[in-house]
Parts: sequence; C-alpha cells; structure tokens
Amino acid sequence: MDPWIENWTARINDAAGSAGQLAIRGGGSKTFYGGREQGERLDVGAYRGIVAYEPTELVVSARAGTPLVELTATLAEKGQWLAFEPPHFAPTATVGGMLASGLSGPRRQAVGAVRDFVLGVKLLNGLGEVLSFGGQVMKNVAGYDVSRLLAGSLGTLGVLLEVSLKVLPLPVAERSLRFAIDEATALQKLNQWGGRPLPISASAWHDGILTLRLSGAVAAVAAAERLLAGELMDAAEAEAYWRSLREQTHAFFAGDAPLWRLSLPSVAPPQGFGATLIEWGGAQRWLRAGDARALRSAAAKAGGHATLFRGDDALKAAVGVFQPLPAPLAQIHRNLKHAFDPQGVFNPGRMYPDF
Amino acid sequence: MRMPVTTLQDSTADRPFTVDRSLLIQRLREVLPAQALLFEEEDLRPYDCDGLTAFRQLPLLVTLPEDEAQVQAILRICHELRAPVVARGAATGLSGGATPHADGVLVALAKLKKIISVDPVSRTAVVQPGVRNLAVSEAAAPYGLYYAPDPSSQIACTIGGNVAENSGGVHCLKYGLTVHNVLRVRGLSIEGEIVEFGNAALDAPGYDLLALLNGSEGLLALITEVTVKLTPKPELAQVVIASFADVRRAGDAVASIIAAGIIPAGLEMMDRRAILAVEPYANAGYDMDAEAILLCESDGTPEEVAEEIGRMTAVLEKSGAAGIRVSQNEAERLKFWAGRKAAFPAVGRLTPDYLCMDGTIPRKHLADMLEAIAALSGKYSLRCANVFHAGDGNLHPLIMYDANQPGELERATAFGAEILELSVHFGGTITGEHGVGIEKIDLMAEQFTLAEIGAFHRLKAAFDEHGLLNPGKGVPTLARCREYTLARGGGEQNSMNSMNSSRQ
Ligand SMILES: Cc1cc2nc3c(=O)[nH]c(=O)nc-3n(C[C@H](O)[C@H](O)[C@H](O)COP(=O)(O)OP(=O)(O)OC[C@H]3O[C@@H](n4cnc5c(N)ncnc54)[C@H](O)[C@@H]3O)c2cc1C
Repeated sequence: MDPWIENWTARINDAAGSAGQLAIRGGGSKTFYGGREQGERLDVGAYRGIVAYEPTELVVSARAGTPLVELTATLAEKGQWLAFEPPHFAPTATVGGMLASGLSGPRRQAVGAVRDFVLGVKLLNGLGEVLSFGGQVMKNVAGYDVSRLLAGSLGTLGVLLEVSLKVLPLPVAERSLRFAIDEATALQKLNQWGGRPLPISASAWHDGILTLRLSGAVAAVAAAERLLAGELMDAAEAEAYWRSLREQTHAFFAGDAPLWRLSLPSVAPPQGFGATLIEWGGAQRWLRAGDARALRSAAAKAGGHATLFRGDDALKAAVGVFQPLPAPLAQIHRNLKHAFDPQGVFNPGRMYPDF
Repeated sequence: MRMPVTTLQDSTADRPFTVDRSLLIQRLREVLPAQALLFEEEDLRPYDCDGLTAFRQLPLLVTLPEDEAQVQAILRICHELRAPVVARGAATGLSGGATPHADGVLVALAKLKKIISVDPVSRTAVVQPGVRNLAVSEAAAPYGLYYAPDPSSQIACTIGGNVAENSGGVHCLKYGLTVHNVLRVRGLSIEGEIVEFGNAALDAPGYDLLALLNGSEGLLALITEVTVKLTPKPELAQVVIASFADVRRAGDAVASIIAAGIIPAGLEMMDRRAILAVEPYANAGYDMDAEAILLCESDGTPEEVAEEIGRMTAVLEKSGAAGIRVSQNEAERLKFWAGRKAAFPAVGRLTPDYLCMDGTIPRKHLADMLEAIAALSGKYSLRCANVFHAGDGNLHPLIMYDANQPGELERATAFGAEILELSVHFGGTITGEHGVGIEKIDLMAEQFTLAEIGAFHRLKAAFDEHGLLNPGKGVPTLARCREYTLARGGGEQNSMNSMNSSRQ
C-alpha cells in the first residue's frame, strides 16, 4: 500500500478512536472558504501526480494533491482544458481542493460546474477504507453518484485521493465585448440573449458596464460579435479581466469588508445592498455589504441562497457561512456525514456548525 | 489496521417484509379515491413488469395517486406499516427498476402529468414526474427552446423516470445527461416529508443531493416535481453518415474525431446486423453493404455547422470511410436519425425477445469490444446487433433470444453478463444509462468492492432507514456479493484490492 495512505489511515483510525478531529489541507488556497479549520492538520498536498491522461478519451485522472497549475499546463499541451475554469486563489491550489470546494469560474454559466465534469473519485473515508466511485468513462450509473456528491463537500466526507475529470478542447476563437448599461437592463439583456443560441461563455456586470465573452468556432463567434454589436475589447485586456474575476483579484474583491455570494435564478431583479458584481448571466451576484439575515431572506425569496464567501471568523461564527437548511434536508446531511465519517473526524464545522 | 466494516453488514441481508395486506388496503382506502387503488389480480397484471419483460412480478397493490398530497399519504402509511414502495413512471426502464415488489405497493405516477410552467425568460420548465420527456420539448418549442436529453424512448418515458435513471440520449455528448439538465427535484422522503433538492438557482447550499438523486433508481426519494433547464434550439443541425467496410476502422474514426478537437452534437454507431434490422423497417437510407455506419451530427450557426461538417468529413475520409453523405435538409436529417432511434423496435421485429445491454467503455476499446461480442455470439449461439452511443463509449448490444426455447434466456443472460464483465475489464462500467435495477444487481460485485457496496448501503440508510424504497434494486446485499465472488472462484474482497483494480 502507498505509504501516504497508510500513514493517513493510521491517523484517521487514531482520531476516530480518541474523539480526535482532522483538518484536511491540500494547498491551503481555499482555507478561507467555509467555517474555520479545526482539529489536527492533515496535509495531503504531497500525494500528487497525473495518473492517466488520454486526450482522445477526454479524461484526465490525477492524485488529489496535484497542483491545479500543473494539471492545466499538461492539458494545454494537448489543446485541452478544464472548461469550468476553476479558480485557484493561490498558486498552491490542488485538484482535490478544487473538487472539495466545488467552485467554478466565469464559464460556469455556459458549460456547467465542477460537479458536471467529475467522472470518478477515490476516497479515504472515516472508517479508513479506500473507496472508488464512478470511473473514467462519460456515462456511468452503476451505484450512487458519490463522485458528484463530493463536489463542494468541503472535505467533510473523507480524504480525496484521486479525481477523474472530463476535459474539453480549448475554444478556437474568443472575443469579449462591452456595453454601457445599467443593472436592470443588463439582467434583462442577459436573460434575453440566454434564450438564443449564442456562444456566450461568460458575462459580468459591474458599475454600469456589461462585459460579455464569446467562445467557440471562428464563424460562430464572428457572427455573434456582429449581431451583438458591443465594443470589442483588446484580447490581452479581456483575458486579464476574466482572470481577475476568476481569481477575485479584481478591485471589487479588494479590502476586508465581507464578501457575500448570492446564487439566484438569473431572472431575479436587482437586489439592492449596494455595490454589486454580477456573473453567470445573472445567476451569481457578489456583494460587499448587507445584513446577513436580510441577504439570506432576500436570496431565499428569489429562489436561491446566500453564502458568506469571505469574512472574519467572528462573523462566520455569528451568522454561519452557508444558508441554513430546512429541517428534513439538515437531517439528511447529518445522516450522510455519519454514513461516510461516523466518528466525525473530518473537517468539523467547515460546512455547518453541527457536523 | 483497518477498522472492521461491521456497521451495516448484516442489516442489509434480503429482508423479508411482513405486510398485512388487508390492513394496508383499509388504510389506503381512507386516503385514496376508489379508482386510485388497485388490488384485484386482473387489475395488477398490467403492472407486472417494466421494459425488462423477462422479469415479471405482481405487486401487492397498485396505487395511482392524482396529486402530491395523495403520494404523501401513501408514503406515510407505507412507512408506518413498513411496506416496500416502488415508483413507476412509464415503465420503459430496461433494468427492472420499476419491477414490482411482491410485498410492496407500486406507486404509478402516470396521473401526475401536468406541465406546471414553462418560462422562456429563465429558460426553465417545472413539470410533474409523469410528464413525458418529449412533451417538455413540445411545450418549449414555441419559444425556440427544448429539453436537451433525448432518450430514444422519449415519446413514452417520463421525467421522473429520467431523473431516477439519469438518462442520456443521442445528444448527450455535447448537451449532457439528465443530471446536467435538471435544476431542482422536489420529492418526498419515505416518511412522507417534502424535500427540495436543488433550487431555481444554479447551485444549492450543502451537499449536492440533487446530483445524488439523479440515477438513484427510486431508492432515495419519490420524485413529485422537477425543474428542468431548457436549451435554445440551434439555428441549424446537419448529420453526416459515414459507412465503413470494417468495424475497427469505424471505431478508430470515433477516436480520431475527438482527437481533432471536435465535440459532435451526436456520434452514434451501428453494426451490420443493426443496419440490416433497421433499414427495411425505417427506410433511413443506410448503406446495406456497410459493416458499420457512423452518424455524426453538428449543430450551431450555419457558418459554424459548415465549418464543423467540413472538419468531420475530412477526418472520416482519412479514417477510411467507404461512403459519406451529409443531410441536405431537416427532413433528411430526421430520416437519418429515424433509423437510429428505431433500432430497438426494429431488432424486436427479428426476434421474439431481446436483452439490451448498456456497458460503457473507453472509446479506444470499441473495436476490441465488437470483436469480443462477435466471438461470444458464436459461443452462446445467439445473434447480437450492436448500437452504440459511440461518442460516449456507451454500448447497447441487443442480444436476441426466444424465451420459449428452453435455456435461451439463461444463455442470453450469461452472454450479457460476459459483455458487462468485459466492460469493467476495459476500464468501464456495467451500466451507462439504463441503471442497475434487478438486471445487473449481481454484477455490481464485479465493479465494486465489499467496502464500496457497504458505503452505498450506508448512504441509502441516510435517506431510508428501513430500506422501504425500491428494495432489492440497485445495490446488492453484502451476502449476495460474497456469493457472487465465491461462485466466480474469487476470494473475499477487501477495500485494498480496489487500489489495483482494472478501473484505475
Ligand atoms: C425503446 C427504448 C429506448 C430507450 N432508449 C434510451 C436511451 O436512449 N437512453 C436512456 O438513457 N434510456 C433509454 N431507455 C430506457 C428508459 O426509457 C429510461 O430509463 C427512462 O428514463 C425510464 O423512464 P420511465 O418513465 O419509463 O421510468 P420507469 O421505467 O417507470 O422507472 C425507471 C426507474 O425510475 C424509478 N422512478 C420512476 N418514476 C419515479 C419517481 N417519480 N420517483 C422516484 N423514482 C421513480 C422507478 O422506480 C425505476 O427504478 C430506452 C428504453 C426503451 C424501451
């Protein structure tokens, strides 16, 4: 058996036997996300390397500690990529952290999220068992879809060992356009365009400017560019702009004020609460101000939810990071946690305070 | 070093259910209108199987609820009396997922068939579970939208069944499976509590239970409402038919198309026996001399389609296609597809019975698999026609047999099992889209270790403590897995050999 896994299994068994807790850490790039880290650190970043990559199968498998930058570079050599544009937030970001956080970048509106691209995982659960779910093929309905369940589970169900992901060819052409319009008009336009077969791969509205990115075949991008008639952005500037949204290095994200993420139906009207940055065709809205209760009730009323994406520990402890769950769902969550990690060893409190 | 896995081991044995039938009828009568409760044998008979017709079983009772409140009342009673519950949509499922339970209540959802809303602005539709797949696209058509997953059974199969099986279609290579096209599932737990998985936004807080519900085969919750995503209809779609003089070339052409960076809207393959079955039936215009044909679709703007068709044609020519035709108009495109979509019924005309297999393998092994199937066809003296969702590596070998000939069903079953074992050995899976049901339940032990099966049982118990939802389906008991492994001459598995299994 792999010495790393042997070592972790022993630590899991020790912790399970002594009411201990483990804080799983890949590259530490997303430690800020979710509830405060508690317990003894379990560093898993050393378990790394691409295990299998076959471009014609559109699948890559990598150990969970593999740096995201390394994976991206390997795929780029073959003209492929992770189409959901996962954020790194630091050069140390790992594949396991990407899956555990479940975060996706600007292209999510067009192609889907991490959970839509994960095909299989290998997991070390709270019983110290190594389990494989899913696999390397595109379609697989044998057994419950645990691989997708693990996307966004914040390490609360086990240590990710290996991840298989669907990859796609890089878009041939890309163009970004800008429009000077207000928030309500931008939302209206985005929803209107969303109902038409246009190759829109990302969108962002902030401070009176709507930016759209078109991606795909040369002819399709050119046709849409003519039709939409926005102001064409310089390619390098556009690339930097979308990266700044993905990595949250854009000025909107600067400073210590709490960062709220509202996940809403794209058609939800402007929510108020001050400065807003809208992505995903209207479905993801970032805010820097607002009372937690008011934000959560507005989000719920609109059919979505609000996350305290960045904030200090005191605020997180006071209001919770994630929107509270209705009782029956909360019960299922506790039951699932128990199914994978009966002694409550992994990442306590990262998702909800009660597990 | 490893902790023993004793937690659930023995509670998952095939449990006998002791259900008081008359008490159950009495209690259900209090909550259901007379026409919604069937218990006479002649009334139960039409419900004795799904698309897996080789397995038939009368349920204890059939209920036909007319709204969610009735479904809730049924579940509460079944939960209280510890009676198994099996959901049934259109019963087109091919793995026996909707096969009734002898001691259980079959809940047929055919009457929950309201399209609650179609919203062209948010591009979503809210539908009841008994709504047919095609009906959603028809309702969305006036807005230039459609529901992308298109199983060949789409005229009949229901959205509830689609979610429960995570169904695919010929266009899922580009547009995704059911799980990629559903935003929210409203369901009832076995206790009869309303639970919402997902919401009107793109994600929900907590675990991704929506993803888990997809493909859960009616084992976790009863689905009463679904919000689906609608996709803008592409301006144009065109399909190329390429015929090949040998299957290996056709298989390799599939890999070459993907290698060229093309993701076709559909990429299907049929072998000679399938072509010969389909062509006289559907008059699709297929090359009757070909050993295999590929159907490759491109969609998008006219410029985009022209560009992609050009690139696909070049790859197909280079791959040694003997003939290439491009659909010249929408009528011809539909005609080319009609053959593929009619493949199952067309094969059904040639044989009293057939079994439809559903393994998925890495695309690079397509040709090897076809050769292996040809050899097995000889070994079992049974004909087999092959239809593949080639782009996804998802195979549908159709094994022809006659249930009235002694031994043929057993031979067909053994033939199918060998194909699925091969699928696992090629690095794939025993089921790509039809589900495990009862058909492939023993083969789960081929693909998963005891520890993994144990994890599935614990997951199931997180939703359904007493194992009342669709018992005997999807996940085998640990005892059954051990029997399977022993019968195959294997030793006791443990979680460690999964590290070296052929899947990784
Ligand atoms: C000719 C033919 C072609 C086919 N082609 C395809 C194809 O291209 N792709 C594909 O993926 N499949 C295909 N299938 C298989 C089948 O049509 C799908 O699995 C379909 O999704 C089943 O839907 P149904 O409404 O018939 O469900 P059923 O067969 O009634 O049920 C299927 C499963 O879903 C559960 N279920 C049904 N409704 C609910 C509910 N409301 N809540 C909880 N559980 C529920 C049942 O318990 C059962 O386990 C084909 C079948 C046939 C006969």
